[in-house]
Amino acid sequence: MTRKIPSPFVTVETKAFWGAAREGRFLIPVCTACGKAHWYPRAICPFCAGDKVEWREASGKGTIYTFSPMRRVKEPYVIAHVTLAEGPTMLTNIVDCDPDKLRIGQPVALVFQETENGQPAPMFKPA
Amino acid sequence: MTIKGKAYIAGAYEHPTRLAPDKTVAQLHAEVALGALKDAGLTREDVDGYFCSGDAPGPGPASMAEYMNLKLRHVDSTEIGGASYTLLAAHAAEAIALGKCDVALVTLGGRPRSEGMATGTAPRPRDPNQPEAGWEMPYAITTANGYAMCAMRHMHEFGTTSEQLAWVKVAASHHARHNPHAMLPEVVTVEDVVNSPMIADPLHRLDCCVISDGGGALVIVRPEIARRLKRPPVKIVGAGEAVKHLTGGTFDLTTSGASRAGPIAFAEAGVTPADIKYASIYDSFTITVVIQLEDLGFCAKGAGGKFVADGNLISGVGKLPFNTDGGGLCNNHPANRGSMTKVIEAVRQLRGEAHPAVQVKNCDLALAQGTGFQLATRHGSATLIMERE
Repeated sequence: MTRKIPSPFVTVETKAFWGAAREGRFLIPVCTACGKAHWYPRAICPFCAGDKVEWREASGKGTIYTFSPMRRVKEPYVIAHVTLAEGPTMLTNIVDCDPDKLRIGQPVALVFQETENGQPAPMFKPA
Repeated sequence: MTIKGKAYIAGAYEHPTRLAPDKTVAQLHAEVALGALKDAGLTREDVDGYFCSGDAPGPGPASMAEYMNLKLRHVDSTEIGGASYTLLAAHAAEAIALGKCDVALVTLGGRPRSEGMATGTAPRPRDPNQPEAGWEMPYAITTANGYAMCAMRHMHEFGTTSEQLAWVKVAASHHARHNPHAMLPEVVTVEDVVNSPMIADPLHRLDCCVISDGGGALVIVRPEIARRLKRPPVKIVGAGEAVKHLTGGTFDLTTSGASRAGPIAFAEAGVTPADIKYASIYDSFTITVVIQLEDLGFCAKGAGGKFVADGNLISGVGKLPFNTDGGGLCNNHPANRGSMTKVIEAVRQLRGEAHPAVQVKNCDLALAQGTGFQLATRHGSATLIMERE
């Protein structure tokens, strides 16, 4: 991918995630009250409204829920929603792939991609 | 408490411009406001309620009330993107039903075309306080590739084809040829659509709506006022609204908020989809129409592709005439927000003032449906049902 990847805003709610990403670790938020993982990460569980959400290292395995190769830009890329092995589905990009060979349901694996300011962001490639 | 029969659309006006480099956004709002008031037979001094959304400049109601020099006792600037105007029409009816205002003005205006906005293919600017912003910025979700992901999933689950989606554009183009203001007045074929350049798979250029400057406005009034005006009365009989989002990461992108907004509106109006003679369906993309038609109950979930095929949406040809002005796909998509023009064309149909070539016979019940923001993440949905008296 040659596209310049915009860096994410990092907030007090999410700095632990982005810090771990710099160490190559992919964390997901899990509620200690209801036991469910959610996405996107937040301090209040969207399922039970509990405020004891903790970060756990995820497998980095998932499957493509849906995707779309963006063609009408100088540097094409693939937007996707990927369903993680841990349950939630997240917005991401599929990289290191032939866009014409991707399919829904395809297994994918985590790969961190550096954004403009050096912050790595989680993306996926065909497993 | 219901809004059924409590308020009437007395004025409706669509700005004829599609390119307005010589006008400001505030000026467009004011021009459409005056156009709708003139249509109603009312004046600026009659307005005591004002409704606008995210396209209004600056802080919305305060700026525009000053610019137009309105004296108000009720304001509302609910923002759910392109669906805001079907919603604000209903909110105006609610305010009138509660006695909070007598003459409500709803305006939309903008000039994304003059400003060179890459509406579909570039990510929109983000507010650092938007909680989802950080989780989307690196991935460059845009209007086009987001809606494309919904189309991709719909095709995967239900076997919907690009040719079926193309029929939505084909139908819109059959209507647009009768509209002298339409940006794309040429009739297109299914082949034209599927052979147009791919934007974001599976959506082609002709699956996308136009980018246009312009605007529109509505004047909504109490029944007593409607009765003394000269225009054919259009009664608001039902409305529903919903926000659909990603629900913590468990979601279905083949369904929109219309699946919740629609039934609320039909229940309030006491009618069913089979009773609707004309439907204005927000058409940011062809897939948007298919998903909303299913969610509103015009056909079963997953059957939308078959429903729209073979001209079923063409006035005088199919079972459900839609977007007889050419819609956002061919006519106009002012400020990148389509539900205002949806209400305006429904009003034309109910008044019997649509172009004769597309006027639905005995059009006594119409629906306008809006979807705003991003179908692939979070969006607003608003349904409005109107009746000719």
